[in-house]
Amino acid sequence: MKLSNKQTALVVLAALIAITPLFFPSSYYFRVGSLIFVNSIAVIGIVILAGYAGQISLGHAGFAGIGAYACALAPVHLGLHPAFAVVLGAIISAVMAYVVGRPILRLKGYYLGVATLGFGILVSMVLANEREITGGPDGIQVPDLGLRAIVKTMGLDLNNSEFWYIFSGLALILGAWVALNLYDSPTGRALRALHGSEIAARTVGIDVARLKLQAFIISAVYASISGSLLALQNKFITPDVAGFMHSIEMVTMAVLGGVGSVLGAIFGAAILTMLPQLLTVFAEYEMLLMGLVMMLVMIFMRDGLLPSILRRIRGKDE
Amino acid sequence: MKLLSTTALSGLMALGLVSTAFAEIKIGASVSETGPAAFLGDPQTKTLKMMVDDINAKGGVNGEQIVLVIYDDGGDPNKARTFATRLVEDDEVVAIIGGSTTGATMAIIPVVEDAGIPFISLAGAINIIDPVKPFTFKTPHTDRMACQKIFEDMEAREITKIGMISGTDGFGASMQAQCKSVVGDYGIEVVADETYGPQDADMTPQLTNIKGAAGIQAVLNPGFGQGPSIVTRNFAQLAIDLPLYQSHGVASDGFIELAGAAAAEGVRLPGTALLVTDLLADSDPQKAVATAYKTMFEAQTRTSVGTFGGYAHDAMLLMVDAITRAGSADSVAIRDALEATSGLVGTTGTYTMSPTDHLGLDLSAFRMLEIKAGAWTLVE
Repeated sequence: MKLSNKQTALVVLAALIAITPLFFPSSYYFRVGSLIFVNSIAVIGIVILAGYAGQISLGHAGFAGIGAYACALAPVHLGLHPAFAVVLGAIISAVMAYVVGRPILRLKGYYLGVATLGFGILVSMVLANEREITGGPDGIQVPDLGLRAIVKTMGLDLNNSEFWYIFSGLALILGAWVALNLYDSPTGRALRALHGSEIAARTVGIDVARLKLQAFIISAVYASISGSLLALQNKFITPDVAGFMHSIEMVTMAVLGGVGSVLGAIFGAAILTMLPQLLTVFAEYEMLLMGLVMMLVMIFMRDGLLPSILRRIRGKDE
Repeated sequence: MKLLSTTALSGLMALGLVSTAFAEIKIGASVSETGPAAFLGDPQTKTLKMMVDDINAKGGVNGEQIVLVIYDDGGDPNKARTFATRLVEDDEVVAIIGGSTTGATMAIIPVVEDAGIPFISLAGAINIIDPVKPFTFKTPHTDRMACQKIFEDMEAREITKIGMISGTDGFGASMQAQCKSVVGDYGIEVVADETYGPQDADMTPQLTNIKGAAGIQAVLNPGFGQGPSIVTRNFAQLAIDLPLYQSHGVASDGFIELAGAAAAEGVRLPGTALLVTDLLADSDPQKAVATAYKTMFEAQTRTSVGTFGGYAHDAMLLMVDAITRAGSADSVAIRDALEATSGLVGTTGTYTMSPTDHLGLDLSAFRMLEIKAGAWTLVE
C-alpha cells in the first residue's frame, strides 16, 4: 500500500465510474451519471478557487455559458469542429477571467462575491438579449460532436447517454487528476498559504495578486469545459446555463461535499444532482429538504460531508 | 446500496406487475409545475391529472387504464431532458406530453426523436414543428399565427402604422421576431420598436417614445407574465389614445385583475374559446368541449380556467383519440394515428393534422377578444 492520497483518490474515482454502470437497470442512469460528472468538473473549478485559494465566486456559470455557447456558435459561424469549439470556449473564458479577474480580485469577501455575481448576470443577459446571434431566451441548437459515430465505426454502438457517461467520466478523471496534482505543486501550496493568511503569504514572498488570478483563470476554464460538455451532450442550450441559479448550484455542491477536497466536491455534485431525481415524488418539498440538508451540514459538518465523514472514520481507527 | 435496492425494486416490479402491465397505458409528462414558468405548468399539471382520473373512471382507453407519470422540470431545459430520458428509458412510457416552455420542449425533442416516442408539446414557438419532426406535435397556436390574427384585425380597422413594445423573455422575443417577419404582408409598418425586461416595473419611458412616433395608429405588446399588465396601466396613465393590442400570452382573467378593469378597457387580443364559453353560439362546435373542461377545472381547482391549461387538455385529448384509433399502445401506431387526426375539436381549436402539419390549427380557432367593463367580449 504505497499509494499516495492523490493516487488513492484517483483510483477510487476511476473504480466508481467503471463499476457503478454494472448496477444500472436502464440507460437513464447513464444520463444522471454523466450529469454528475459534468457538474463535478465545474465544482472542481470552484474547489481550486474557493477551497485552495480561499476566493469566492458567485458568477462561475457565466464561464459555463461561454463554454456552452462557444460549442453552439463556433461550428456554425466559424466552421470550427465542435471539439475545437470546446478549446476556443476555454480560451475565451480564460481571457475573460484574466480581464475581469485583474480588477475584481482586489476585492475581498462579500465584495468579491457581489462583483463575480455581477459578471455572471451580465453574461446571461448578453446571451438572452443578443437574439440575432444566440437565439435568445428560447435557446439554440448545438451541433453533434460526431465522436459517437466514430466510436460506432470501431464496432462499439453506444446510445447517447452511455457515450456521454464514458466521455464525461474520462473528462472528470482528467480534471480531478490535474486538480489533485495542483494541490501538491508549489503553486498549490502557495494558494493554500494565501488562503490561510494573505499577509503571511505575502511576507514569505508569494505574489498574491498573480496567484489569485491564476486560480480564477484555472477555475474559469473548468467551468467553461463543463458548460461545453453539457451543451454537446444536450445538443441544445439556453441562457439558463449561465444563470444565477447555476452559479449558486456550483458553490452549493462544493460546500456541501467539502470545498477543500476534490473528491468531496464530486460527492457534493453527485448528491445534489441525484436528489431532485430521488425526490420527484415529493417535488413540492424538494427545496425544503435541500435547505434542511444544507443547514444540517453547515452546523454539524462544517468542512463538508466527505471530509467530515472521513475524519470520523479515521478518528475511530486510530 | 441505493443502486442495489433500485435494481432489486425494479426486479420485483418486473415480476409482480407483468400480468397487470397489459391492462395499462403509460403516458409520461414533463411540465413546469414550479419555477418561473409555473403559471403555465401548474394548470397543465392539474388538467392532465384530472383528465386521466376522468378517463379512467369512464373505463379508460380501449378498456385499458391510463397511468400518468408526471415530473416537474421547473422550466429548466436541462432537467426537462433528464426527465424525458427517464420517461423513455426507465418508466418506458408509450408517449410524452409536456415541455411547458419552448426551451424545455426543444431539450426534449432530441430524446423522443431518438427513441421514436410520440411527443405533444405545450409550448408556442413555431420552430417546434417547423421543420416537421416525425414524432413531435404541439397544441398551442404558434406566435406567428397570433401576429397574423392581430394584423388581420388591424387591417380591418385600416391601421397602417404601429408601435411595438415587447418583453425580452422567450415568449416576447420570439413573438416580436415573428410579428416583424409577417407584418409586411398586411401593409402595416412598425414605426416604433421598444423592449422591456421581464422584471421591469415601469414602461413609461418606452411608451413615451412610442407615443411620440410620427403617424402611429396602434400599439402591440407581445409578452406574458406581469409585463403586459404594467404596459397596460402605463398606457392608461400616459393617456395614449390609441388601440392597444396584447398577445394570447395574457389571455386570462388574471390579466384584467392585474391591469385593472379601467386601464384594460378596450384592449384587444387573440384568445381561445375557453375565455368566452358563455358568449359562444350554441351551434359553435367548440362550445361543448370548452364548457365541459371549464366546468371540470373550476369545480376541482376553484381557480378560473386559462388558455395554458387548455393546451394540456387538448394534448391529452389528441393522445387519447390517437390511442383509441390506433387500437394499440404501440408508440409508432400512436404516432401514425396522431398524424391522421382529423376534425378533433379541442378547447384551443379544431385539429386536423397531416404529415406536413403537426399543429393542425388555422387562424379560425383564434377569437379576437376585447375587454369591456372588466369582461371579455367577442369582436365581430
